[in-house]
Amino acid sequence: MDLIFDYTLRTVALGAGILGLVSGALGSFALLRKQSLMGDAISHAALPGIVLAFMLTRSKASLVLVLGAAIAGWIGMLLVLSVVRYTRIKEDSALGLILSVFFGMGLLLLTFVQHWPDATQAGLDKFLFGQAAALLQSDVLLMGLLGGLALIVMALFWKEFKLFSFDREFGATLGFPVRALDILLTTLLVTAIVIGLQAVGVVLMSAMIVAPAAAARQWTDKLSVMVALAGLFGVIAGVSGAVISSAASGLSTGPVIVLSASVIVLFSLLLAPNRGLIWNWVRRRRNRQTLHVEAMLEGLYALAGQHEAQRAHNIDVLRAMNLGRGGVQKSLQELKRRGWAEEVDGGWLLTEVGMQQAEKISDFGFRISDVHVQSAIPNPQS
Amino acid sequence: MEISNPTSDLSTLRIPNSDYVISVEDLTVAYDHKPVLWDVDMFVPQGTLMAIVGPNGAGKSTLIKTILGLIKPVAGTVLIKGKPYDQQRQIVGYVPQRGSVDWDFPTNVLDVVMMGRYRALGWIKRPGQAEKDMALDALQKVGMSEYADRQISQLSGGQQQRVFLARALVQDAQIYFMDEPFQGVDATTERAIVNILKELRAGGKTVVVVHHDLQTVHEYFDWVMLLNVRSIASGPVDEVFTEENLRRTYGGRIAFLGQNGNSGQASRVQGSEPG
Repeated sequence: MDLIFDYTLRTVALGAGILGLVSGALGSFALLRKQSLMGDAISHAALPGIVLAFMLTRSKASLVLVLGAAIAGWIGMLLVLSVVRYTRIKEDSALGLILSVFFGMGLLLLTFVQHWPDATQAGLDKFLFGQAAALLQSDVLLMGLLGGLALIVMALFWKEFKLFSFDREFGATLGFPVRALDILLTTLLVTAIVIGLQAVGVVLMSAMIVAPAAAARQWTDKLSVMVALAGLFGVIAGVSGAVISSAASGLSTGPVIVLSASVIVLFSLLLAPNRGLIWNWVRRRRNRQTLHVEAMLEGLYALAGQHEAQRAHNIDVLRAMNLGRGGVQKSLQELKRRGWAEEVDGGWLLTEVGMQQAEKISDFGFRISDVHVQSAIPNPQS
Repeated sequence: MEISNPTSDLSTLRIPNSDYVISVEDLTVAYDHKPVLWDVDMFVPQGTLMAIVGPNGAGKSTLIKTILGLIKPVAGTVLIKGKPYDQQRQIVGYVPQRGSVDWDFPTNVLDVVMMGRYRALGWIKRPGQAEKDMALDALQKVGMSEYADRQISQLSGGQQQRVFLARALVQDAQIYFMDEPFQGVDATTERAIVNILKELRAGGKTVVVVHHDLQTVHEYFDWVMLLNVRSIASGPVDEVFTEENLRRTYGGRIAFLGQNGNSGQASRVQGSEPG
């Protein structure tokens, strides 16, 4: 109930929620365009902008610092795009280059400012790891305004961004200006990042771009659902992280938010249907069992075809046909459960239904198990 | 600088050849100062199915990408029905290489096909029922009707190719460029594509296809360009697709093909020589 009545907590949670929503939604596009590292470069590149903005204005107003961050992040982003375009340096190297140069510059400036005699510079270092507890209502208002604007632009150009993210060249042949769309989409990403810097910090902000989007991708195959889910995951990570870090004093918010996001990612990687690891494991197991059972069915069918009258076959014969691979007993029990085979005098034979099933499967076409059956049964004519 | 504005000169000069819907002249493209295309001319009459063949690295894809404005040439002109490509986008359709996109993108078949209408829709406006109907129609033509709601990640290579073809069909263009549409597809898909190509030609459309399989050139196409950085020969298949020209295009490699027990191809190539 603190979330409703406690002013500070409410502000913090709201701010973190907004940053999670915006970075999650826009991060989806960055993820799909394989530009997740761009977020990392932009957020690190923003640091010198923050410090320079403070040095020039001596103001710690959010608007000023966010503007400084945005300009520096934007310049960094343009530099990456230009380096890739005009030199032979590849994108990953360009990102690493810009990231480290700008971040190093930012740290240098930060150290320099901290030696200033007056105390006005105190607290600038919270931009490194973030301090959500320091968010004011005016900060949150600014975050909401910028974030809302970014989301509106995203919704407006939805079709173009989708085309551009899926098939950039085709979009270019249609006449959409891909360079402009590139810059627009990356500018939105810059916006998403700078509004989160105060709460999450430059070092970890990129996680908020990648993690919610990566988690959301696990649950859906539809872009709109993915973007919405990523926003939701961002909100959950942001709010839970901010609230936890505010409750425990002295805890930087960035790491806690990122931990929350990581839990969501881990959960999604493991449990999501279709793409999740556990789902995949179960499906593989089930496939393998189906294969075993069908092989056994066909084996019995082949044996039945060698006799005029139905005769039960010893399990050892079946084991030999299975070429020593395990699971014979289990497959037979499964056939029995389905009513396709029955146990008679310690041997096994197919039921009527089992015969029909086996015919259906062999009509369907060639099976891998055919090979085993044929190679394992000596030809009676020879 | 009399060559500074070749476009206006050529448009007056080429009046007798205005039946060429695509005219490319003196096109040179270089990556890092290394020429990929060198002084290439290409003239395509309306209503032809044209194959561009040549060895790997011959610049086949580069040629069509340059025509489509995706790559900036060092020199040369490209005219589509007498005008630069930017003014003719609405009559040109494109089928990129299937491997050029990430098929794990979260979207379905219908959505991808509707992308072919995005130009006609213009900015911001979303596709509606009309676009959906066109897309379903195109999917039917490529034999993929029942896959409209399928996630694109679940398609086979041949199905992916047919989706790209359907996307180009909804562009409702007069001239199509296709980058290796037969690359690694199953027999069903190959037949479906060939049928569509012939239908397009019957409708008076012009189709330019980057092609790899020399054996099917005669069967599928009526016009061919042999390319290896330079344009070796270009014209009707019966006249141009000769052993001599193939040897000039592929160097020694064509002989290797013949020696490899692939006599069907060699005889086919020989049989195509005029006279």
